[in-house]
Order: sequence, then C-alpha cells, then structure tokens
Amino acid sequence: MSGIPQDHYEPKSGFEKWVHSRLPVIALAADFLKFPTPKNLNWMWIWGVVLTVFLMVQIVTGITLVMHYIPSTDAAFASVEHIMRDVNGGWLLRYMHANGASFFFIAVYAHIFRGLYYGSYKEPREITWIIGILIYLAMMATAFMGYVLPWGQMSFWGATVITNLFSAVPLIGDDIVVWLWGGFSVDEPTLTRFFSLHYLLPFVILGLTVVHIWAFHTTGNNNPTGVPVRTNDVATVKKDTVPFHPFYTIKDIYALALFLILFVVFVFFMPNYMGHPDNYIEANPLVTPAHIVPEWYFLPFYAILRAITEDVWLMQIMPFTAKLGGVIAMFGSILVMALAPWLDTSRVRSGRYRPQFKWWFWLLVVDFLLLMWCGSQAPTDTIASISLLGTAYWFGYFLVILPVLGITEKPLPQPKTIEEAFEAEHPKPEAGGKAAATPAE
Amino acid sequence: MMIKRILAPLAVVAATGLAGQALAAGEGGHVTDVDFSFEGPFGTYDSMQLQRGFQVFHQVCASCHGLKYLAFRSLGDSTGPAFPDDQVKAIAALYEVADTGPEALPGDTRPGLPSDKFPANTAAGAPDLSLMAKARAGFHGPYGLGINQFLKGTGGAEYIYSLLTGYTGEEHEAAGSILYGNEVFPGGKISMAQPLWGDDVEYTVHGGGDHEGEEGYHGADYTPPEATIEQEAKDVAAFLMWVAEPKLTERKEAGLRNLIWLVILSVLLYFTNKKVWASVKGDH
Repeated sequence: MSGIPQDHYEPKSGFEKWVHSRLPVIALAADFLKFPTPKNLNWMWIWGVVLTVFLMVQIVTGITLVMHYIPSTDAAFASVEHIMRDVNGGWLLRYMHANGASFFFIAVYAHIFRGLYYGSYKEPREITWIIGILIYLAMMATAFMGYVLPWGQMSFWGATVITNLFSAVPLIGDDIVVWLWGGFSVDEPTLTRFFSLHYLLPFVILGLTVVHIWAFHTTGNNNPTGVPVRTNDVATVKKDTVPFHPFYTIKDIYALALFLILFVVFVFFMPNYMGHPDNYIEANPLVTPAHIVPEWYFLPFYAILRAITEDVWLMQIMPFTAKLGGVIAMFGSILVMALAPWLDTSRVRSGRYRPQFKWWFWLLVVDFLLLMWCGSQAPTDTIASISLLGTAYWFGYFLVILPVLGITEKPLPQPKTIEEAFEAEHPKPEAGGKAAATPAE
Repeated sequence: MMIKRILAPLAVVAATGLAGQALAAGEGGHVTDVDFSFEGPFGTYDSMQLQRGFQVFHQVCASCHGLKYLAFRSLGDSTGPAFPDDQVKAIAALYEVADTGPEALPGDTRPGLPSDKFPANTAAGAPDLSLMAKARAGFHGPYGLGINQFLKGTGGAEYIYSLLTGYTGEEHEAAGSILYGNEVFPGGKISMAQPLWGDDVEYTVHGGGDHEGEEGYHGADYTPPEATIEQEAKDVAAFLMWVAEPKLTERKEAGLRNLIWLVILSVLLYFTNKKVWASVKGDH
C-alpha cells in the first residue's frame, strides 16, 4: 500500500501468526501506524488528524441526534426543541454538532491553505489534492443540507435561495429546481431528501478520506521544505523520517487538545455565536427574512456569486445572464483550485523558497477573508465592487500568477535532503554545541 | 399560479443580489446593554428575578402570547425559577390545555398538569415567546465583524428589554389597524400596544420551599423591588431568556469542567510531546 520503504510488521505470538495467515489486519494497522513520516513537519501538518477527529465527532453526535429528530415540516422544529429541553444531554449533542460543523470548516480551510503554501498539490500528489477538493465539496453539500434540517427561517430561505441558483442553467434550469425540490417549492419532500442525503454524505466523506490517506501514503507526505523523502532503502528513509507513531500521534493529539479547548469555549460558553438568530424562528414560507445570509464558511463563495452583476462589463458581451455568470464564477472558483497542480508551473514545491510567491499567497489569504466579509454584507454597489475585485484576484491567482510566477521567479536555494534541513533547525549538541532551545515542533 | 406566488418574492431577492435591505431583522434602534445575572462565563439565572419575570409574563404577556415549548414542570428547575412543587402544580392548573384523553372530544380542554407544556396562544396573532430571546439580536457589527456580539453577547434579552421600554407614545393608523411608535422595533412601528406601564403586577415571590438553603433562596424576609416599567421589562426579559435557554447553568458548569481537564491534558501532552521528540531533535 505504501510507496515508502518501511520496516514491516512481523507476527510474533502464536495468536498473531494465526490471525496474520488468515487476515493480515494487524499488519495493516501496525504498518499504518508506523508509516515513515517526514521528521520536519511543522504545526500546519496537524489539521489532517483534527479533521478526521471532527468527522467522527459529527458522525457520532449526528447519529445520536437522528434518534430524536423528526424530518417533517410539522415536527422538525419542535423535535429540535425537544432535543434541547427534554433529551438528556440533548443540548450538548446539538451544540456540538452545530459548532462542530464550523470547527470542521476552520480546520479544512487551514488544511487547504497549508497545501497551497507548501505546494502539497504538486506532482506527485495531484490525486490526493483532487480527492481533497471532492471531500471539500461533499462537506459543503453536507453542511448546507444539515442547516436546512432544523427548519428555521434561515434553513428554509437559505435552501430556497441556493436551490434556486440552478434555475440559472439555460433551458432546463427550472425543471432542475423542481426536481431538486420534489415539488414547486421547498417543502416536505425537500426536507426529507435533504435529511436522507445529510445522513449519507458523511459516509461518502469517510470513504473519500480513506482514499485521500491511501493516496498520500503512496506518495509520502509533503513537508515544509517540499523536498521528497529519499526512498532508496529503509535505512535512508529512516534518516529523513520518523514513524508516525509515537511521534505524530502524540504531537497531533496535543494539537487536537488545544483545538478542543477553543471548541469547548464555543460549545459551552457561546454556542449560538456562529449561528443566526433567525433560525430560532420556525420556517414560514410567507415571511422572507430581511437579510438572507449563509453560514460564515460559505460567505467567500457567496460573495463571488453576488459579485457578478449585470453592471460587470464582461457580462455585456456574454451570451448568458449575470445570474448564470455568478453561479459559474462560484463553482469555477473551486474548479480553478482543483486545477492548481497543472496551473502552477514552478518546479519548487514549498513557498518557503519562493520569495515572490509568498506575497501573492498571503494576498490570497487576505482576499479570502475580504470576500468572506463581503458575503456577510448587504449588497450595496460598494460591496459589489469590492467583491468583484476580490473575485478577480481569486481567479487571477490561479490562472495568471501561478503559471507566470513559476517562470519569472528566481527561487532560493533548497536543502538537499530533509535530514539536512532538520539538522540545520535542530543542531546535534556534539556538532553545534549547546543548541538554542527550539520550540516543541 | 402557485409557482408564481412563491417565485415572485424570490425574483426580487435574487435581483437585488440574493440579500435584503441594509436593515436586517432586529436591526432597529439602539438597544441598551443591561447587566443581566446570566451573562459571562460564570453567570447564572437569578431565581427570584425569574419568578418576578414569570409573574409579568403570566399577568400581562400571556393574554396574547404562548410559550408552547416550555413545560410547566420546568418552572421548578433549581437553576431556573425554582418554584416549589405545589406552586408549579397550582400554576399549571391556571392554564387550560387541550384534552387528549380517551374520552375527550376534539376541542375539549382540561386544567394543565406539570407534565404539560404551556398552551400555544395564537388568539391575537402574536408570536410564541418560547425562543424569542434567542431569535433576536440586540447587538450587531461593527461592519459585520461580529465583535459587539463577541463582547456583549447576542443581546436577545436586551432587545426585549429595550423594546418594552422603547415606546414613544405615538400612534399611527395604517390600513385600518393601529401601529404604535417604538424606538427599537425595526421600522419604528409595532402592532403591539405598550404592554407595561409600571405597577402592572404586584410582585410576590416564593422562596422555593424545596430549595431552602440553596443559593438564591431568599426566605420569607425577601422584599421584591418596586414594579417600575424598567424593572418589569428587565425581569420578563430575563425570564424569557431562561425560557429560551433553560440549560444555560448546566451548560456553563459542564463547560468549566471540560475546560479544566482539557487544560490539564494539554499540559501533560506538551511535556509528553517534548520528551518523545527529544531523542530525534537532540536536545536532552
């Protein structure tokens, strides 16, 4: 399964040999845990484990919530209140699940931007990257449908607005929307199918996660230098790597505990901070909220959607409506991210050795936050203009800057091996005297 | 026809860029920041205030508003109003609830029991108040950054307090019905007439016979405050916050326990991690 040479599990006791000759499951787990991992990973390599744990938290709390939730337009809202008031620990389950979604996205954005900075998407990890984007898309679909289930005002109107986007598709748009709704408006059939898919998709994410891990276990992890692990033989591999367990299990659990502290602060002390008050009002198809906003993690893409208006000069010459233009831009903004492995022409993987790239990258992070803010604002002309500028930079980064920079930029010298980079950071006492205390990394 | 009715407002929403006006729901006038006892990481409800707030609800609000998600038994919660059991029974019996017994006819009612929920009240078209304190935001911004809510809380109870004390005394006639001027309500006009005027209720509190000796027990010598408009508005706002979030005290107590053990765990993991890596990093 792994493309990195490593010491393999040998069954020792009679029982282990008995199992191993029938089903090598212990070997699978043991080799997985001992996977040779670059020894120079920094704190931005913790997010994978954090995400896996949060996927589990969401699945466990979700399955328990389903035991008490009723997917019906008459009873959904009341069943959520039943969970909050009458079910033992129900408030905890629901607040963990709702805030867990937000923390899942905090972690996934950190994970994605880590990948963008250190060139984790580049050859030979293109498939890992593409699967990651698929996981992200599945996460967005799951979160969107989950938000509809409590059947509050934002649930209903968010569902109405987002499903209506598909009406922008030429010719068959309206039919697609009716097909999605299962009727002529967001109603009972919409709620029940969203419930069904909200239960299904996390297991799709789980399956994709397994493939994601399989893919990068084949290529080996990227690392902050971007320099690959030398794979000549097990002895050389050991110079560049440490076994995942105990080194990264302990480090990741430590990081996870710190992240959970933040999670606990939100779940127990400000559980509704990231929600919208309107969702504590039961859905009412006859009353439109004054300001329909999606959850914070969708805001950058919502801003891109709204940035394309009839006033954009490009829309004057396009053979389709601005609404369709917005929908294309929104999905396109994720598609260009998926194409990053082929758009980035630089042969240097890590942003650490790319002096100009760094600036453009951090500008992309600022752009993302700016778009997020734009998405939360009422759509005035100023906001539309800022959003358009932000959208232009988002596409410009992937379609222009990444291809051009790879050719024009003069990269800094890279270390020859991970071992060399690691020893420069952590000098051996005998070689470099009393080394400066390094932060636990 | 039906499609058109549903899609027409949508078209408007979509045309304006999928969102609405600059004034979002709840973004009315200035909302006063009240210092409620349940705020902050250690804040809990004041049982006596909740009892007074219940009295205001019962004698004023309940004529038009329901609390359909709240069970009468919750009024006895020690972290809530902490009414004594006999009081809870007596209060429940004051409300008529739907009788669903085997011999009841549709529309039959009977006096409530502690296990019942407050009846819904749609008589005047007034909204149910079970979740009102969580369904409104008193604080916004600045600039959509959410900093005010981070510092002061969402401000649902403050919104209720400010609305109840925000009547201007003006009356506007619109399409045959009267709207009342209010500084806080979005748009400045509300269809609810000023409900609180001061001295609407005569505060009496029950020390909580079952909770003698517990924190918040005031005993027989407890003198309730004067029932001014501000006091009544504050009390009913606090009561409605409890109705919306009855598990607040349990939640914060559990949060503190979780925080303490997570911090201890993190410290232990910090040293474990340092020790595990020491051999690789070469610092001994």
